[in-house]
Amino acid sequence: MLDVKAGDAQSFELLLRRYRTPLVNFLYRMVRNREQAEDLAQEVFLRVYRARKGYVPSAKFTTWFFRIATNLALNSIRDTRYRQLEVSIDQPVVADAEDGDEKQLDVADHRPDIEQHLVEEVRRNTIRRAIDKLPEKQRAAVLLHKYQELDYNEIARILDCSESALKSLLFRAYETLRVELAPLVAQQSHQ
Amino acid sequence: MNERILPYADGRLKGRERREFEKHLAACSSCRIRVEEFQKVSGLLGELPLVEPSPAFDVRVRARVAAEPPRQSWWAWLAPSPRVALAASMLVLALAWISHRPGDPAILGPSSPEAEYRMINDLPVLEDYDVVSSFEPLTDLPEPVQNDDANQSM
Repeated sequence: MLDVKAGDAQSFELLLRRYRTPLVNFLYRMVRNREQAEDLAQEVFLRVYRARKGYVPSAKFTTWFFRIATNLALNSIRDTRYRQLEVSIDQPVVADAEDGDEKQLDVADHRPDIEQHLVEEVRRNTIRRAIDKLPEKQRAAVLLHKYQELDYNEIARILDCSESALKSLLFRAYETLRVELAPLVAQQSHQ
Repeated sequence: MNERILPYADGRLKGRERREFEKHLAACSSCRIRVEEFQKVSGLLGELPLVEPSPAFDVRVRARVAAEPPRQSWWAWLAPSPRVALAASMLVLALAWISHRPGDPAILGPSSPEAEYRMINDLPVLEDYDVVSSFEPLTDLPEPVQNDDANQSM
């Protein structure tokens, strides 16, 4: 990022390549809409580019980067909630446009066993729904913890809370997930 | 202890805290079960596939970055501009006119000892004027009829 600050265009290109996939995934899992996630991800990169001159490496770059992303995602979720008065987090997964995107990604899966494929898809949808049901801040904490593998300290700074409050937040989130995913957890015990 | 379950389950609890928690786990079956369940939940979350950004994503980001106006430095703000120059000269002229305008003696106050003495003498009158001018019952009086004398003389 310091090279980007110095005006090195190639460094920004490297930044884009390195962080675009984790960023789009994080935003996609936050807002549950592929197009919206990519729009927000573009906005994050644009803000990073705009702020490059004033960037002070007081914290890890990932902390700063995902703080921008998290704030944008949380604002977007709130805006969407105001616009669509009746958005149900329980809506059938088949109605989710973005799930189609992930199905497209599964085209490369050539397993002959269609039934097995469907079972796995149902399983994934159950996991997605369980994540969607989490309150936004808990969802952000889980995504940053599980998929970005950030330190507790980093996540706490991103979510603007103490490390102890974050651990409590994550405990509650995992408790909710444990209950929501109880049948799958039980299946894992039998396997 | 609840706050330590997940850090232990994901392997991030280190050193003395880890050893202490392991001692606790040896005696607490409910925490042991919770650790196992959280590890299973974490495993389930790991089953979700990665989503790749669309091929147009990079192109759009580059286009938006290229469309950004070049950042102006602090000094650029001070660069000569006809509008800024006109506004500044108008301001200078206005300030010069105000500072050289002859002052109103009534506003400026007494300038000599005699004038000051007259003002002190007039103070009761001024105080009475203040009382009468803001005396509320007077506001209820009817308006004086001014044209009566003129009508009678005709």
